[in-house]
Amino acid sequence: MWRKIEEKVFYYLMIISTVSLGLLLVLIVATIVYRGLPYLSWEMISQTPKGGYYFGREGGILNAIIGSLYLSSGAVIIALVISLPVSLAMNIHLKRRKKLVNGLRFILDLLWGIPSIVYGAFGFTLMIYLGIKASLLAGIITVAFFILPIMIRSMDEVMKNVPLSLIESAFALGSTRSEVAFKVMVRQTFPGIITAVLLAFGRGIGDVAAVLFTTGYTDNIPTSLMQQTATLPLAVFFQLGSPIPEVQNRAYAAALILTIIILVVSISTRYFGKRFRKTLIK
Amino acid sequence: MALKLRKFKDQFSSLWIKISLFFVVLLPVVITLSLLYKSMFVLETNGLKELLFSSVWRPLAGQFGFWPFIISSLWVTILGLLITTPICMFSAIFLTQYSSSRLLRFMQPVIDILAGIPSVIYGVWGILIIVPMVGRYLAPLFGIESTGFSILAGGLVLSVMLIPFILNVLIEVFKTVPVELSEASLSLGATKWQTIKFVVVRKSFAGIISAFGLGLSRAFGETIAVLMVVGNVVGLPKSIFDPGYPLPALIANNYGEMLSIPMYDSALMFAALILLVVVMFFNFLSRLAIIRLEKKA
Repeated sequence: MWRKIEEKVFYYLMIISTVSLGLLLVLIVATIVYRGLPYLSWEMISQTPKGGYYFGREGGILNAIIGSLYLSSGAVIIALVISLPVSLAMNIHLKRRKKLVNGLRFILDLLWGIPSIVYGAFGFTLMIYLGIKASLLAGIITVAFFILPIMIRSMDEVMKNVPLSLIESAFALGSTRSEVAFKVMVRQTFPGIITAVLLAFGRGIGDVAAVLFTTGYTDNIPTSLMQQTATLPLAVFFQLGSPIPEVQNRAYAAALILTIIILVVSISTRYFGKRFRKTLIK
Repeated sequence: MALKLRKFKDQFSSLWIKISLFFVVLLPVVITLSLLYKSMFVLETNGLKELLFSSVWRPLAGQFGFWPFIISSLWVTILGLLITTPICMFSAIFLTQYSSSRLLRFMQPVIDILAGIPSVIYGVWGILIIVPMVGRYLAPLFGIESTGFSILAGGLVLSVMLIPFILNVLIEVFKTVPVELSEASLSLGATKWQTIKFVVVRKSFAGIISAFGLGLSRAFGETIAVLMVVGNVVGLPKSIFDPGYPLPALIANNYGEMLSIPMYDSALMFAALILLVVVMFFNFLSRLAIIRLEKKA
């Protein structure tokens, strides 16, 4: 008797918590939309802050939107240059050396776990050491460090599952290792690579702690790598700290813009993942 | 000629790979060493014991006691974990043991999107929903006055942020339990719930602990969302309705001003080092446990 009641109670508890996950997502997005939408205007996304913007006068946050896109794209490109060869090597060149590859995976997982604020502090130290001022470049480098393990491990997870026979047949036909890597492996795991890139892009665009000390903040759209730049999450954070209600409302609108970008990235990650899967050799 | 070109390409890519691999292996070492190097200054003048366990925080006088910040960090982290634990466990068990695979496929994007929401958005949401909830409803319930910007608000926001992270690991862990094992239990007459309690959970116990270990290190380093709702007042918090000041918030809030005082700079780098060491420690143990588990499965 009690056994049945216990089972029922826990069954409903489980259903409640699973449903609450979906509700939580809806609640978060709805809150942001509800508070942000009334203040979202074309002006917000098409103009940079004008004089007196931070006292509630006109202007928008185009500088932060463009800055964030620059920052995250730059970081993804740098991270791709390092992460692609590493994940290829782990699954082709070092395929036979299981212990070494597993050790690498372990190190990468540890790197993934390091909080972004620590990357921020490290990036700042590095910046001082190299003599660069707070700039788009310093931010890009810091974010690149931060998303590197994410990219390598996500690509690696896909490449791990490519059948060994496919690689071996390519070798048997006389391909060099780089040909196997770029003409077979990259093509075969293309959806996975896109997914990894988009995942890292989303992480990079949403993070504050890593860029807090390294990018500075400016009302202008950066025209060179050595200039300071605004980022969207920082724009949300700074404007929310203002005592003026108009500026706070704009922070909600900026939060909405950021949420929309993240949702678009999330959804396109799924879409690309499915779409490119058609061309694979099974 | 063509062969030479192919060989050249191969050698070039090998070199590129070697450089990248070297870089990746070197990165954690360089991060640790540079933080250690930077914090040597404050370590030499104040001593490790005093830095960790003193609660006197007077940066201008050169006294850096991190105890209030460490305590705040611990409070927020443990609270976040406690709140998130039942939700994660129940959902993970439901999604892997009870529900159809269609529901799991439907929930996966929900979990992924929750995981992808930037922490600053969680912070904004926390200010709009959690902080008023704590200030207006939860605190008066216990007869306490609170602005809402408190340890509890930090813990609540953290618990929401941790859900997708821990849940993903838990789902993977429960998937490693062999179906034959639960089938054997069921065929002996155990109910579904008994099977889960005595077979599935027990079998994956190490994995469950490490999922929460990973969550713990994630929570310990979370900066901006917690910073926005936790109040940031230096001092030892007496209850969960008091404001706190966790380590990551300390670093983030003071970075601009400290450059003029070298000792302050060094102290904040030491704070980053504490974060790094704690996070690495829990990550290390949890990952090790997960690897063991996967080997057995």
